Amino acid sequence: MIPVSARFLGRRALQLVIVVLGIAITNFFLLRLAPGDAAQVLAGEAGSATPEYLAALRKQFGLDQPLPVQFALYLRNLLSLNLGFSFRQGLPVLELITQRLPATLLLMGTSITFALLVGSAMGIAAARRAGRATDTVISSIALLFYATPVFWTGIMLIVVFSVWLDWLPVGGMTSIERGYTDLAYLKDVATHLVLPATTLGLFFLAVYTRLMRAAMIDVQRQDFVRTAVAKGLRPGRIAYRHVVRNALLPVLTMLGVQVGAVLGGAVLVETVFSWPGLGRLAFEALFQRDLNLLLGILLCSSVVVVLANAAIDFLYTVLDPRIELS
Amino acid sequence: MKFFQAISFQKSLYARLSVLLAAAALVPATLACAADGPKHGGTLTAIVQPEPVTLTPAFNTATPTQIVAGNIFDGLVYYDPALKPQPSLATDWKVAEDGLTISFNLRKGVKWHDGKPFSSADVKWSLENVWKTIHPRNKAIFENVATVDTPDDNTIILHLSKPSLPILSVLNAVGAPILPKHLYEGTDILNNAYNNKPVGTGAFVFKEWKKGEYILLERNPDYWEPAKPYLDKVIFRIIPDAAARAAAIEKGEVQYATFNPVSFREVERLAKLPSLKVDTRGYDWLSPVLYLDFNVENQYLKDVRVRQAIAFALDKEALGKVVWYGYGKPAVSPVPTALTAFHDASVPKYPFDLKKAEALLDEAGFRRGSDGVRFTLNHDFLPYGDDYKRTGEYLKQALKRVGIEINIRAQDTAAFIKRVYADRDFDISSSYNGAFPDPQIGVVREYWSGWLGSKTPWTNGSGYRNAEVDGLIQAAAVEGNPKKRTEDFNRFQQIVQRDLPTLPLLELRFFTLHSSALKDVVLQADQSYGSLKNAWFDQAPAQN
Repeated sequence: MIPVSARFLGRRALQLVIVVLGIAITNFFLLRLAPGDAAQVLAGEAGSATPEYLAALRKQFGLDQPLPVQFALYLRNLLSLNLGFSFRQGLPVLELITQRLPATLLLMGTSITFALLVGSAMGIAAARRAGRATDTVISSIALLFYATPVFWTGIMLIVVFSVWLDWLPVGGMTSIERGYTDLAYLKDVATHLVLPATTLGLFFLAVYTRLMRAAMIDVQRQDFVRTAVAKGLRPGRIAYRHVVRNALLPVLTMLGVQVGAVLGGAVLVETVFSWPGLGRLAFEALFQRDLNLLLGILLCSSVVVVLANAAIDFLYTVLDPRIELS
Repeated sequence: MKFFQAISFQKSLYARLSVLLAAAALVPATLACAADGPKHGGTLTAIVQPEPVTLTPAFNTATPTQIVAGNIFDGLVYYDPALKPQPSLATDWKVAEDGLTISFNLRKGVKWHDGKPFSSADVKWSLENVWKTIHPRNKAIFENVATVDTPDDNTIILHLSKPSLPILSVLNAVGAPILPKHLYEGTDILNNAYNNKPVGTGAFVFKEWKKGEYILLERNPDYWEPAKPYLDKVIFRIIPDAAARAAAIEKGEVQYATFNPVSFREVERLAKLPSLKVDTRGYDWLSPVLYLDFNVENQYLKDVRVRQAIAFALDKEALGKVVWYGYGKPAVSPVPTALTAFHDASVPKYPFDLKKAEALLDEAGFRRGSDGVRFTLNHDFLPYGDDYKRTGEYLKQALKRVGIEINIRAQDTAAFIKRVYADRDFDISSSYNGAFPDPQIGVVREYWSGWLGSKTPWTNGSGYRNAEVDGLIQAAAVEGNPKKRTEDFNRFQQIVQRDLPTLPLLELRFFTLHSSALKDVVLQADQSYGSLKNAWFDQAPAQN
């Protein structure tokens, strides 16, 4: 394994700071282009309001300050690693994000792992029988799930497995007020996780299947594979030791992209299954013009994207010794 | 009763199954019990959607907040199906002949959820610091309350500088919320930590709010009304997707959901299930009316004949039946029929009549062009879901027949409010408002010119200015004689239905879906915002 140089780490850290700061500043001004503000949304939902009420809300939210002042306050908070306060939710942004983060990580982790394992296996199977019936069936199934809207898949799974068969709950993450502990609790969460993770996993699955299949076929034509065949190696050993390992690189790139989208990528699934994740929180914050909260979530997402990319770069070197970190 | 407790404390699927089997064996016994009246026990799972911003109704009149808060707080009164106030925290009340004094006797021995006694000081403090100042709807209604006397802990007397009769129409738990003075006095009310962990006097005690998931309330064992409430717990779940809500209701995971929780198509199907009931009662205190606002500064719409022509061109009967699946009846006045004391049925009417519409448009000088089009208008529909979008599509089709082209525009709520009420960059918008039991609370907002320029949501959207209407509104606000007030409001309805800056379309019928096993769930005109203290399970729900 190549030792990671201090220079590499230092450069990556600097990149992280610049990228994240750039994103934060762009977001700040970009989000203010959306018409209307949080006070108008709140007053609108209330169905009744007075100008005094609106003014009180704007003062409470800090929206009565001129934009440069708001921006200076935001920068000051940012540089002191303070994500600010969501007045709508009545909680600090960091607390809101950390409350929702575990649910999102659990859902995304499970579904991406499922998609990666099952998708890669399907891709390998399809590539080894390229052009035959197995390949056609696998590719069709993968495409079908990819082309189906996620919310529709979700609703159909609910109708079949929750309403008709009554095997699984309709939504949520836990059974409320059942006082489960330890194993029973884990089992309860797992029961709630099955449908949303499957829905999302089926969608991601297609990408890995297609990528793995294409990469396998591509690598199979390379000279070193021909050499391995000429050496008389068993086909299974060639496939797994020589082809798959090389074919994993594009899959890994895709994984990096998806891990980057983890924080906001599951809005639809979280909505359909009432899953208390970050995607839903961000989506609602957008409609409610809760800019502090939205900025906080976007900032965290950008940090995750940059870190995930660095991690993927590192993994490349593990899979392919020819790649170096410099 | 044992049986219900057994159900609610189930731990495992197997145990649950065995109890269900036992329950099946007990059916005859259960039915026999039902005749004996309400039974204690059970956990009710309800839906609140969207998630509330806060659980204290003092400065937020949004529906989700009120649905939950109505169970935690008590009002001085509640409203019976005829919209008459009935005793709650106030046992009786008296309005003086001249309308300048209103006195209440308060219930004795009521305690806040933290054990502190409730007294007239709480009411006085709430009136002076909440209702008169930050409550968005009450400010105008209570502004003429000059002084408040509390001769003892159980009496409160309001002295008014001018009469304000609508006071008696807003005194329920969410209309005039009473906050515990000992937790709020001297604090910044908007940022008080108790806003999100409320302490009330109501039948249910706030226990937990898991953001994005649920709000949990528990039975108040010290509730002032003997034996009530019957339910052990009430869980309000947050389920953002309409199809998922329908599935949860159909499966029985949720047993109570208000304010059109599923689409009209879905409710047609669910209504046929024996396990569910659809109820449109419990919304009269709100009395929602769907209307169109015409921007009277628009070059075409500023002509009253064009506005009247549009009214004639719309078949409101069909709109109610087709677009709103029968959950709306044609409105003839901005004051809906549920407000029996104020509704004037003799206002100018606009029955569906295409010929008359065409004639009025020709008369106004907007003749059809060579392509059959007279002019084009933009329509911004209320972004509260498909029903308003479909209303806009109906408007487009209907007006095309008389030569008016409609361009439908969609946006989110924040953009809609800014466009209509702040930028005034619209031609026709759709919206609905709650009329409430007195026109002064919900209706006159749409017509009073004093709101113009204030950029306040859900006020005078049309830009209408009529000195006589303004005068009537202001006179009725301080009129102490109910008869004279009704006359003022009748005259008001006559004028605005002639000038038509705003076209009332339908009196909306919101619906509640609840389990057939849940009894006595709708008993009040303000039930949709009210307490579930009377509700009881005749058969415990199988928990999810």
